[in-house]
Amino acid sequence: MRRRNGDNLNANGEVLTLSHVSFNYGETPVLEDVSLSVQKGDFLGVIGPNGGGKSTLLKLMLGLLQPSRGSVEVCGQAPEHSSQHMGYVPQHTSFDRHFPINVWDVVMTGRLSRSHLLRRYSSEDKAKARDALATVAIEALAHRPIGELSGGQQQRALIARALVRDPSILLLDEAMAAVDPSGQEEMYRLLDELRKRMTIVMVSHNLSAISTYVDKVACLNQRLYYHGSKEISEEDIQAAYGCPVQLLAHGTPHRVLRKHE
Amino acid sequence: MSLLHYDFMQNALAAGVLAGIACGVVGTYVVVRRMVFISGGLSHATFGGIGLAYYLGFDPLLGALIFAVGGAMGIGTAAQRTRLSEDTAIGVLWASGMALGVVFVGLASGYAPDLFSYLFGNILTVRAGELLTMLALDAIIVIIVVAFYKEFLAISFDEEFARVEGMPSRVLDLLLLGLVALTIVTVIRVVGIVLVIALLTIPPAIARYYTTSLSRMMLLSVAIGICLSVAGLFLSYVLDIASGATIILLGSAVLLCVLLVRRMRAAANAKA
Repeated sequence: MRRRNGDNLNANGEVLTLSHVSFNYGETPVLEDVSLSVQKGDFLGVIGPNGGGKSTLLKLMLGLLQPSRGSVEVCGQAPEHSSQHMGYVPQHTSFDRHFPINVWDVVMTGRLSRSHLLRRYSSEDKAKARDALATVAIEALAHRPIGELSGGQQQRALIARALVRDPSILLLDEAMAAVDPSGQEEMYRLLDELRKRMTIVMVSHNLSAISTYVDKVACLNQRLYYHGSKEISEEDIQAAYGCPVQLLAHGTPHRVLRKHE
Repeated sequence: MSLLHYDFMQNALAAGVLAGIACGVVGTYVVVRRMVFISGGLSHATFGGIGLAYYLGFDPLLGALIFAVGGAMGIGTAAQRTRLSEDTAIGVLWASGMALGVVFVGLASGYAPDLFSYLFGNILTVRAGELLTMLALDAIIVIIVVAFYKEFLAISFDEEFARVEGMPSRVLDLLLLGLVALTIVTVIRVVGIVLVIALLTIPPAIARYYTTSLSRMMLLSVAIGICLSVAGLFLSYVLDIASGATIILLGSAVLLCVLLVRRMRAAANAKA
């Protein structure tokens, strides 16, 4: 695996840095004074209730939104200049299921960029797409319409589309929401495989999404509760979710479950 | 088929084919990207340009072209730069374009010949010069779509992802709106500004059920659009009714049949 994207790391190995970031939609504050540093090779899980600002956080990291205050840096640059480092995996509901497109063409769109305008896909582009489909184990579905796939398979196709960019950071938005419980373990094994090659940030509203595979956990609800480790205290969860939540060790260490909705 | 010996009939056939091509290709984007309302707004806004052309005495199609392209760029930019919601902006454009047209036509003293045909189309009165304009617009549309096929596919499927990749999605958006504007002008003489949306949406709506890729959906839409235009033309001639309206009603009937057949099949499959 060639690592052409690893050049701009600073001395601490920080690949993603948010410093005192606030964001408002009009008058409504969505994020307040969020600081976060993601190290190369981290697998960070960001959990928080719906409406807690998780998607906004991802959009700030991707440069789709600009912070009202504070700054975001990706590999030492502003996000809009570091799109080549980013592999974005949106929620599987981000597209129209009836859109006339097959899996292969979806994955190929991941190879597009400003410099690729008006150029045909090269053999390198195609090789990358084949590799990515093999990595997420859906080569056999390449020519199926995307809408015919199960939620979990669609999620894999979106991951493949991100992988063809050779990203150094993979951002996943509610990646487990579409995956049925039996497929989740498999999906985590895939992510565990990918983290050998890249840094992963995954956001989820579901506390149980933090499995043994995630090695750092942050809790987000307008403010970010993060100690640079997998430990989150009961106080953090309560502060983020605004209600008492019981943490349960459930066979697998550090797995947490919400007591009620 | 002695009908085909008439010049006006040959022109009408050619116009039907050219309209089918533009509508099939661009209508596919209109349907999959849900740009139906904005297309309706643009086509109605062209009435302002047609009125202006009557008033100042130049070719109404040129007036329509100026207003369609201007409206497309205006609405695209307004939606990106201001906080006015897009559907509000479209509604304003839609009505004010029509109003402007009414005012200009009123100012142009005297009788406005074939004004009705710009509103509802009259494929039997298409002139050779207009065919050339349609051919040129078709060529521009097809060339741009071929050149930007994968880029348009990317922004249509997942615009946010395309932006993350650093694609100039706003420019591509405007370009696509520009193509809608050109298509509207291409088909005004066939179905008129009021009925344009139907010819843009019915063929792709049918084609969508039978295709799984955007390019095949376009090709099938083109074929359907041409068949509808030509069949509608003959039907209207035989029955002596308005051609534009006949084409649209025929298309609606075909779409309805497709939906019914699909529903019956689904019910049969459910039983089996």
